[in-house]
Amino acid sequence: MQTTRVETMVNFPPIDLTTKIEKIDQTKNRNSPPASSQMSRRQLIQKIVFFFFRGAAWVNGVALLIIIYFMVANGWRAITWTFLTQAPKDSMTKGGILPCIVGTLGLSLGAIIVAFPIGIASAIYLNEYARPGRILRLIRLGINNLAGVPSVVFGLFGLAFFCIYLKMGVSLLAGALTLGAMTLPVIIGASEEALKAVPDTYREASLGLGATKLQTIFRVVLPTALPGILTGGILGISRAAGETAPIMFTAAVFFSPRMPSSVFDEIMALPYHIYVLATAGTEIEATRPLQYGTALVLIALVLGLNLAAILWRARLRKRMQ
Amino acid sequence: MERPLKMVSNHLHFYYGDFEALHDISLEFSENKVTALIGPSGCGKSTYLRCMNRMNDLIAYSRMEGELLLDGEDIYAPSVDVVTIRSRVGMVLQKPNPFPKSIFENIAYGLKVNGVKDKSKIASKVEKSLIRAALWGEVKDRLHDSALGLSGGQQQRLCIARALAVEPEVLLMDEPCSALDPIATQKIEELIHQLKITYTIIIVTHNMQQAARVSDITAFFYMGKLIEVNYTNTLFTRPKLKQTEDYITGRFG
Ligand SMILES: Nc1ncnc2c1ncn2[C@@H]1O[C@H](COP(=O)(O)OP(=O)(O)OP(=O)(O)O)[C@@H](O)[C@H]1O
Ligand SMILES: [Mg+2]
Repeated sequence: MQTTRVETMVNFPPIDLTTKIEKIDQTKNRNSPPASSQMSRRQLIQKIVFFFFRGAAWVNGVALLIIIYFMVANGWRAITWTFLTQAPKDSMTKGGILPCIVGTLGLSLGAIIVAFPIGIASAIYLNEYARPGRILRLIRLGINNLAGVPSVVFGLFGLAFFCIYLKMGVSLLAGALTLGAMTLPVIIGASEEALKAVPDTYREASLGLGATKLQTIFRVVLPTALPGILTGGILGISRAAGETAPIMFTAAVFFSPRMPSSVFDEIMALPYHIYVLATAGTEIEATRPLQYGTALVLIALVLGLNLAAILWRARLRKRMQ
Repeated sequence: MERPLKMVSNHLHFYYGDFEALHDISLEFSENKVTALIGPSGCGKSTYLRCMNRMNDLIAYSRMEGELLLDGEDIYAPSVDVVTIRSRVGMVLQKPNPFPKSIFENIAYGLKVNGVKDKSKIASKVEKSLIRAALWGEVKDRLHDSALGLSGGQQQRLCIARALAVEPEVLLMDEPCSALDPIATQKIEELIHQLKITYTIIIVTHNMQQAARVSDITAFFYMGKLIEVNYTNTLFTRPKLKQTEDYITGRFG
């Protein structure tokens, strides 16, 4: 009995639907007048404008593809096991770039260690504690202007303040601090965005259960905002990792015969290495493949960092759902 | 109102900036009674409720005058710890707002922030709270799944369980059923009947039948003023004022 009933129920609607759709189609054809010229002109304009919008969006992807293609085409021949695992030789015309890879990784890690705690703490203060007023406006003005300071100025600041005034010398530490300072506005921005996205009802629920403001921030607000903070922050760091100007006075040297063994050692770094090979090396033309190879490694590192950040965020989000 | 008074507000005024949202509210809430606050949208019911657990402290440009007593003690006195007040006066909001954590963690949260460390004690409290909120049977096999995967009605009962876990003395409910279907609503109304044995409950509702079903006392608010308060039966059958009668009979305009 039951099966029959189900079958009838399943069988009827499609027939019904098709007839209805046919009816609608017929009505449309009969009643709608031919599109007026005004109508079609508006549609044409719309089409053209959207064509340009789409083009603009495509430019981004295409630009990235072209850059990657260019680097791979010119640089892949240079990428060998020796290249990745040995130090430069013969006035840097041969050998590898291992010290540069180590140096850039060290700088990025150092910048993360410096900038994340300060950046997140600032964002928490600005978003969760500070009462609106003149002081808050001043701090924000400061952060926004910090974001606009050119990287070479950060380099000079780092040289004057960290290397000379604080007597750190040209060192990994001074470079990491400079890069960290440069990334701070990005991390603060990303953290504030992420904190703002946490619904106020979470805060109210937590406070309503007798949690203190600090408990609320550490147990509810921060965990919810963390994926956003991490990705934003890592994207900022990976941007900074490719910069030459902030490290050329503070951390990186032309050539270093040994690997850094402490944070007070000077280092070699990928962006600065490219800069040196391309402008001041002994044989600029002969080292072209090395330059492209180094650039390829740098790009791979930066994209890898970004990808890791995005995957990490996806995982954190999934765990929360 | 023969029972001891749990909460009392004396000449309470509340301002958002220059706007006076509550005007001279004096009202008493007896222990183990359910009080319903009714009135048209924007009349200040939520504002009043949020005064009672000092949630309005979060609004920078707001100000309160008058007294709010909990067991005879002014909760706005400078010496009072707001965190303690909030664990004594629990709140359930209109829209369920579980944390993006597991079901278990949602309930355990209030215990943990209040310093309970003993794991087995937490586990038994979680179970008890879920049982009280009539949710245990539906979630006992997936306590460690995300609370966001529950249905709206289940989420609301989870929020009630979460509020119960910290054992408040007063439970504030701001339209707890407005996002729920009739079955979930009925479950929560039954729950309210159970809960008033232990708690003092204050509930905001737009649903006259609901107010009549669950509450002992009903207070009618209009434009920031307390218009009339009485035993629910009396208020709904023999309202003293025309305004009240118009509102409860739906002839409001
Ligand atoms: N954060 C706020 N800032 C300024 N004014 C507010 C704020 N919250 C509420 N109000 C105003 O205070 C008055 C009372 O609002 P309240 O939310 O208490 O009303 P309500 O009775 O709960 O209404 P509803 O039934 O729609 O929930 C309204 O006029 C509202 O516009
Ligand atoms: Mg309200």
